This record gives sequence, structure tokens and C-alpha cells, in this order.
Amino acid sequence: MLAANGMKTFAERNFPGRLIAVEGLDGSGKSTQIYLLKRWLEAEGMRVYFSEWNSSELVKSATSKGKKRELLSPTTFSLIHATDFADRYERHLLPLLRAGYLVLCDRYIFTAFGRDTVRGCPPEWVRGIYNFATLPDLTFFFKADLEVSLKRILDGRPKLKFFEAGMDLRLSADPYESFRIFQGRILEQYLAMSTEFNFIVIDANQRVEAQQGIVRQLVSQRIDLSRFKRQSPLPLPPPLKVKPKPVEPEEEPLE
Amino acid sequence: MKKKKQNQIIVPECGPRRFYGQGIPRVNLEELVGKLIVVEGADGSGRSTQIARLVDWLETCGHATVQVGLKRSSLVSEELERAQEGNILSRTTLSLFYATDFADQLENIILPALKAGFIVLADRYVYTLMARDMVRGMDEAWLKNLYGIAPVPDAVFYLEVEAEELVQRNLSKNATLDYWESGMDLGLSRDMFDSFLQYQTAMQAAFRDLQKTYGFNIVDGNRSVDAVTHELRKKIDDVLATK
Repeated sequence: MLAANGMKTFAERNFPGRLIAVEGLDGSGKSTQIYLLKRWLEAEGMRVYFSEWNSSELVKSATSKGKKRELLSPTTFSLIHATDFADRYERHLLPLLRAGYLVLCDRYIFTAFGRDTVRGCPPEWVRGIYNFATLPDLTFFFKADLEVSLKRILDGRPKLKFFEAGMDLRLSADPYESFRIFQGRILEQYLAMSTEFNFIVIDANQRVEAQQGIVRQLVSQRIDLSRFKRQSPLPLPPPLKVKPKPVEPEEEPLE
Repeated sequence: MKKKKQNQIIVPECGPRRFYGQGIPRVNLEELVGKLIVVEGADGSGRSTQIARLVDWLETCGHATVQVGLKRSSLVSEELERAQEGNILSRTTLSLFYATDFADQLENIILPALKAGFIVLADRYVYTLMARDMVRGMDEAWLKNLYGIAPVPDAVFYLEVEAEELVQRNLSKNATLDYWESGMDLGLSRDMFDSFLQYQTAMQAAFRDLQKTYGFNIVDGNRSVDAVTHELRKKIDDVLATK
């Protein structure tokens, strides 16, 4: 099935590699699930690589500066994340996919579609910017009840960061309340994208093991894993090094 | 056109304003009562000289002015500089980085100044960014969507100067040719002089292409500084006098 706007998957573009993405709210357990998937694929001797959202080294300095100084508008927030993604995509993900790796992404372009739209950027504009990206071959969406996700995050009473809590949207003066409303709106966006982009919806209210069982089964059904067996004695590539650039003091808590 | 009396300060009328595309969220276009005047052209086309002269003239006439340019945002200009020095970013990334810089200045300088009724003089605008990317093979439709955040200026002047003349002016000023203005990243030629000529000729073609869509004024920048100023002033006078 061809997805939205004629965007294609890596398989449809005849890449030897495959990309698996996980999406979901903070606290939905998606990072745990993709980590467990990675451990399994490694143990099976696969050429596998894990990549995180928001981790390109060069752009990181501008992003954190903008976030610390609360300099970002919805437009620049969107563009700076698109820049970060493009850097990681072109210099890192594409070569790995050309070289026949199974690439696992904790968040992909759908995170940007959801967040930026909630921040008020026109959805067509955001999608247009990301249309250089190829779609994942599998996208798992971890759907937990909003209250469950919120509880997982908020129970620890973390220091919510300004943009993370959606404080720039002026939804509430209370960061926790702002975070609730913000996450609720992002969840709506995810649900709206679910059919359009063929999300595989996983009930994230289940136990960790139950979810992982489903994920592993679906991955082995939908992807011919035998093609990804490692032949070479070379080690798997290391995670991207992010050079620390401690220019500014640690972020102040909000309260 | 009305005759201007001595000491009479013209209050520019505010015409209808629009964005090229989707625009910036939560901006009320009717509030942008100032004027946006863009001067485009290669290094050595006389851009900075002309802008300095226009600022002098406009302020003498009683208009408040603000100047903006590329790569001057507080958000990413340092990082852009570093990225360019190392030449390590791929084209989409660099393109988006420039767009971020532009958006930051748009929201923090251009839009507030237009709201306050200033005449904003932009030393390059989205057309240079688009032309550079087009020469590097980026998709035009993608660029148009990206820069749909830009308000349509009240006047755009592209100072067109022959590539051979640009070489002479750049050498006379700096004794060297700039790496990026020579398009060395494109690998057109290992000879910087040849690369500069080829790149600038390609940039002119891209501008001519964009002119068809965006309908800006192409100004012959091969002429004397005074002749160019004269033409710019005349056209800006018309912009300030009409809706």
C-alpha cells in the first residue's frame, strides 16, 4: 500500500536496508521496547543499528542554546529539528541503509509532524519540509492511555523542561498541567496519522514482555531477517559520538 | 505622482501584504505596516554600498530603517559559520540551517520592525538562498514550500553584474576569491578562477529563473554606483508613494 503523498518506504525504494521506527508519547514505553528489539536482533547476529531522535552533533549546540534561552518560536523549533534530522538522515542513516543495515529509530518524522502541528505550524508546510525522507518499513505506535503515560512521567515529579512541557504554547502557567494538555494534543495527532502512515498500533497498557513478544513476532513476519545476518567479522558500528560543548551552565529547573 | 515639497515627509501607505506560502503561525498581516525592501546580488555586486546609501537617503527623508542580512541570527549564526568552515554538512542540512537562520531573523527583527512601521532593508533574502540551493540540485518545489514562511517584499532589486566584472571587483577588494562564492563545494573546477566564473554564471541563470516566478527588478549593476543609486531611489520613491 502506498502511503501519504506518494512517500515511499525503503523497501519500495529498493534499499538493501530496512528501517523500523517506534513512535508514541513520552512514557509510552517505546524506548524500552526498541531497546529490547535491538538486544534480540544483536543476539541473533544481525547487522543492526540504533538511532535516536535529536542527536546530531553539529546541530545539537544550536538546539540546546535555543532551548535554554527559550529563543525558539514554533517555526524555528520546527526548522532546527528538521535540520538535525536531515543531518542525521543524510550523513548517517542513508549510508547505513545503503549498506544493508536494519536501522532502529526511536522516533522518526511523525514526532515532528505531531509536535509541530500542535505548536501551530501548518501541517502541509511541515510535511513538505520532511518529504526528502523515506518512510520506515515498519512503524510501531505504542498507544497507552493518556493517564498511564502521564503517570509514568509525572510520578517522579521530574524537572520538566520548558519546550518539553509545551510551555511555549501558554496552555497553562503550571508546567505539569501544560504538559498534560500538550501530550493530549500530540496523542490526537498520532491517532490521526495512524491509518495514513500504516502505523502498527501496539497496546502499550500491556506488560513489557507481552508487547515485546508481539513486536518480535511482527518484525520476523514482515522482514526477511535472514538477509541481515552478519557475514563480516567487523564489529557493529558504535553509537554517534556527541561532542559535549559545555558553554552554558546546566539548565535551571522551571520552578 | 505627487510633487514632493521641501520638508514634507511622505507617510507610506500600507498596501495589502501576504506571505509567499503558508506563512508564520499567529501573525496578523494587517499589522505589518512598514515596508520591506530587498537588495539581492553576488558579493561585489554593490549590495552593501547601495544599502548604505539608501539608508542615508531614507533616514534623511524621515523614515526609520532597520537592516537585516543572512547568517546574522543569534540562534544559529555561529553554528552555521562553524559548519561552513568544516564544510561537513550535506546539502539538505545546510539548506535547513540557513532557513532556520532566516526564520529567526524574520520573527525577531523583520516582523517586529514592520509592525513598528520601519523600512526594512534586507541585504539578501530568500531568493539568494533558493538560487544557491537550486544550483546545487535541490528541488524547487521543496524550496518554495520551505520559504513559504517569507512575507512578499514591497520591492526586490537584483543587482546583476557580469561574472568577469565580479572577479575584478572581488580581487580589487580582497585580493582573493571566497570559497563559497566560487562554488568550490560543487567541484565544477579545481581552478578557483574558473569555478568562480562558472558558479556565478549559474547563479545568474538561477536568479533569472526565479525572476519569472517572483517578478523582481533586475538592475544592471555593471554601471556606476551613482547610476544604480539613482535607479533604486526612483523605484523606491514609487513604492513609498503608491499602495
